[in-house]
Amino acid sequence: MSTVTGPSKPAQSGPQYTKKDFESDQDVRWCPGCGDYAILSAVQKTMPDLGIPKENIVFISGIGCSSRFPYYMNTYGFHTIHGRAPAIATGLKLARPDLKVFVVTGDGDGLSIGGNHLLHVLRRNVDVTILLFNNRIYGLTKGQYSPTSEQGKVTKSTPMGSAERPVSPCSFALAVGASFVARTVDRNIAHMEEMLRRAARHKGTAFIEILQNCNVYNDLAWNVLYDRESKVQHELRLEHGKPLVFGPAADRRGLVLDGVKPRVVRVKDVPESALWVHDEHDRATGLVLGQLWAPEYPIPLGVMADDETVPVYEDTLLAQEQKVIANRGPGDIAALLRSGETWTIR
Amino acid sequence: MSEAVAPASAVGKPRRTLTRAVIRFAGDSGDGMQVTGEQFTTEAAWAGNDIATLPNFPAEIRAPAGTLFGVSSFQLQFGSQRVYTPGDQLDALVAMNPAAFKVHLGDLKPGGILIVNTAAFEDRNLAKAGYQSNPLDDPGLAEKYRVHQVDITGLTRKALEDLPLKAQEKERCKNFFALGLVSWIYTRPLDPTLDAIKKRFAKNPHFVDANTRVLKAGHAFGETAEMFSEHYGIEPAEMAPGVYRSMTGNRALAWGVLAAAQRTQLPVVFGAYPITPASDILHELALHKRFRIRTFQAEDEIAAMGSIIGAAFGGAIGVTASSGPGIALKGEAIGLAVMAELPVVIIDVQRGGPSTGLPTKTEQADLMQAMYGRNSEAPAVVLAPASPGDCFFIAYEAIRIAVKYMVPVIVLSDGYLANGSEPWLIPDPTALPDIPVTFRTEPEEFFPYLRDAATLARPWVRPGTPGLEHRIGGIEKEDVTGNISYDPDNHDHMVRMRAEKVRRVGQEIPPTTINGPHGGEVLVVGWGGTYGAITAATEEAQMEGKAVASIHLRHLNPLPPDLGQILRQYRRVLVPEINSGQLVRMLRAEYLVDAVGFNRVRGMPLQTQEIYEAVGQLLEAKP
Ligand SMILES: Cc1ncc(C[n+]2csc(CCOP(=O)(O)OP(=O)(O)O)c2C)c(N)n1
Ligand code: SF4
Ligand SMILES: [Mg+2]
Repeated sequence: MSTVTGPSKPAQSGPQYTKKDFESDQDVRWCPGCGDYAILSAVQKTMPDLGIPKENIVFISGIGCSSRFPYYMNTYGFHTIHGRAPAIATGLKLARPDLKVFVVTGDGDGLSIGGNHLLHVLRRNVDVTILLFNNRIYGLTKGQYSPTSEQGKVTKSTPMGSAERPVSPCSFALAVGASFVARTVDRNIAHMEEMLRRAARHKGTAFIEILQNCNVYNDLAWNVLYDRESKVQHELRLEHGKPLVFGPAADRRGLVLDGVKPRVVRVKDVPESALWVHDEHDRATGLVLGQLWAPEYPIPLGVMADDETVPVYEDTLLAQEQKVIANRGPGDIAALLRSGETWTIR
Repeated sequence: MSEAVAPASAVGKPRRTLTRAVIRFAGDSGDGMQVTGEQFTTEAAWAGNDIATLPNFPAEIRAPAGTLFGVSSFQLQFGSQRVYTPGDQLDALVAMNPAAFKVHLGDLKPGGILIVNTAAFEDRNLAKAGYQSNPLDDPGLAEKYRVHQVDITGLTRKALEDLPLKAQEKERCKNFFALGLVSWIYTRPLDPTLDAIKKRFAKNPHFVDANTRVLKAGHAFGETAEMFSEHYGIEPAEMAPGVYRSMTGNRALAWGVLAAAQRTQLPVVFGAYPITPASDILHELALHKRFRIRTFQAEDEIAAMGSIIGAAFGGAIGVTASSGPGIALKGEAIGLAVMAELPVVIIDVQRGGPSTGLPTKTEQADLMQAMYGRNSEAPAVVLAPASPGDCFFIAYEAIRIAVKYMVPVIVLSDGYLANGSEPWLIPDPTALPDIPVTFRTEPEEFFPYLRDAATLARPWVRPGTPGLEHRIGGIEKEDVTGNISYDPDNHDHMVRMRAEKVRRVGQEIPPTTINGPHGGEVLVVGWGGTYGAITAATEEAQMEGKAVASIHLRHLNPLPPDLGQILRQYRRVLVPEINSGQLVRMLRAEYLVDAVGFNRVRGMPLQTQEIYEAVGQLLEAKP
């Protein structure tokens, strides 16, 4: 019987696992060199840190290369249909709030066909951790542009370049009220692991955009963050309580907020007190961060927002259930059938 | 609770006994015709009659007053014998305005009682209904019907003269004048309505006073006005003894789900997106959190379906309800439930289509959608209730089968069953069949698609069970192990396996009840909400000595195992449906019988008379 409590918090005395315990016996079927391998490895590696018995962990995915993920995890898993994983995860959490549920999705799965469900799971703040693998392409269907592909992108379905403007997954998540939003990148293992740990511990919907390389259909789409030179120029590491600074030591730059408009300044040109100090608990400034991108701005990596004060959907709903059961007792069908207007025939 | 009291006899005027009557209250959407009809139904139920009702209202929420499309009506048949349908032609019609008069007069029997509210027959309303002149001035009217022209609005106002209410508030009571009058004509007791008024307006004593007075004024008007020379009594029907309540199909479906929730002691996740005529199931279930039913108003029907699949994966019961357009959206996800072999129940309260169609009207045209409306071969169990009260048992049965066989079950209700009501003998919930639930916990020799020998069900495993961690999904899988498999022979095997699982549900189906001779000239085969009309038509033919029988299918997939053999015992098979011939196709394809359809797709229930005539034509046709 399910109890109405959240998933087990990391306990000191939790089970002692290693990465191996989370590797399933299935052959991994991604293309050699795919960024998904690094993500899988990082997830398997962080699982032991959560201190959650592995039978209480469920991975739910939609459809896409990324969504093959659950088969490779030695936990409970459900590979569902295109775009609908958030809805399925929501139903699972309503039935089983005691489980730790991860959703694995792609840029097409989560933002195209499943955009509506992603909006609503975030808005409701269901207690699930969502990993969106953003490779800016439809991998599984062999290379059409996706909702995150840049305008002008030439793909099989856009031989003369895409006419559409891309969406920023993090901005989307923040704009619809997500309580935890972070961005990380497949080639930075340590950062990825840190973000995974933090997201997994968040109570409520945690959303991580993982910039992922599809070396077959969209190689080096994130080169701005892979290339050493460019990475130094553009990567902004978010740290709570620290000023937002980036760039090489010789040309250190920072962000200041001009009202709600961010502006890039040279650090040496302004007093330190003028710099924008990152506050993870402020979702409003998080929303501004979500919109920043190179070349005008740096590319933020890290936790853009983390707000534990947002009520969790299933907690609220199940509290209602417990309250009415406490006040009026459990349902009794025999009594219900005879409630209201009745009459007797002899 | 109350006893079935004999209606107090009115003084003076003669009272004639009838065996049944069909009456319809019709007026503007704002005239309170639904409340009036429901209240009269309660009065008739108190008097011990058997009853069937047919509410009929426009799709528009606040249709412009006085228009033809804004007309709302409530029809019922009540009688001292078994009542199967709300009736075909009307014995009495109450028309509260010219639009209602125009829309409904054609259904009134020659010689029937016609009550009109003369106050509403003024120039503006006449024009809105498209009348050049007042139809009440037509002398032919009184030759054809027993016309009672009553200034219902004026008499209502007069009864409330001294009450401190606004003119509009007073006028709103006029439907109770009509109710009082009709209650007098048919000598039904006012007590339940007086009680209801007290409850409904508990917070406003003036409204209690006003409605009570108007109801009694209508009643007294019948007693005293010269235009009414007689009135009618209808004896209590011979009904099985016990405690009764009035039941609508939607409420019965919801309560059936609750009964199964209590029996299994499992939480139920009910995910749904609002749609007419299914929304009331969501509303009803949302009231009953005590049964650990978790209602989830999803962002669309796809999410609703997804949520219940997730719930079933988690070891809860998943139920959704929608109507045709929503079922179309759920299709792909239902396929996932077929593939993942999870117990879910999908309720389809059918309405007129395609597309938005006739949202508030009934139809039976989703049978093929339930059978085949998914990509590839994705068989699901399909059940259909026969009456509003039967919805309770069907919902319960759907959950029982879903859990026992680990299959999706589709329930085909319809708009007529959903909103229609009948006096319902309250069942003893402990007498319902058990719904045993076992979750697999032993890790030894566990595979996700291991099968039970009798049912072919795979094990139901709750995540959280140590040692049973496994992955499932929509990709084809190897039988038993559940590993991804693209092997051609395995796929062929699994396609057959999924079909065989559904076929095995045939074990659950009791022998088919034949209403009439076990062999003969014509067998009428029906399903869903046409049960009443088919049974009544068949019994009419039988009373004339014809070798006609009827059967009603509550199980549509699989079909009852004895069906083929029964069909062959009759010279002709007639299949009346509110579609262009769906069950008839299935029967012809499955059994190679030369069944013929009787099809009317008017958004309305089939009529007894038209089915009776179709039977007659088959009887006369040369062999
Ligand atoms: C209903 C439906 N429509 C289309 C498809 C085909 N399809 C499968 S995956 C996919 C796109 C996946 O893109 P993304 O989510 O970015 O995942 P990736 O493969 O890039 O990881 C599409 C269009 C499908 N499986 N189901
Ligand atoms: S197509 Fe791209 S995303 Fe898919 S597995 Fe291959 S490399 Fe990875
Ligand atoms: Mg992609």
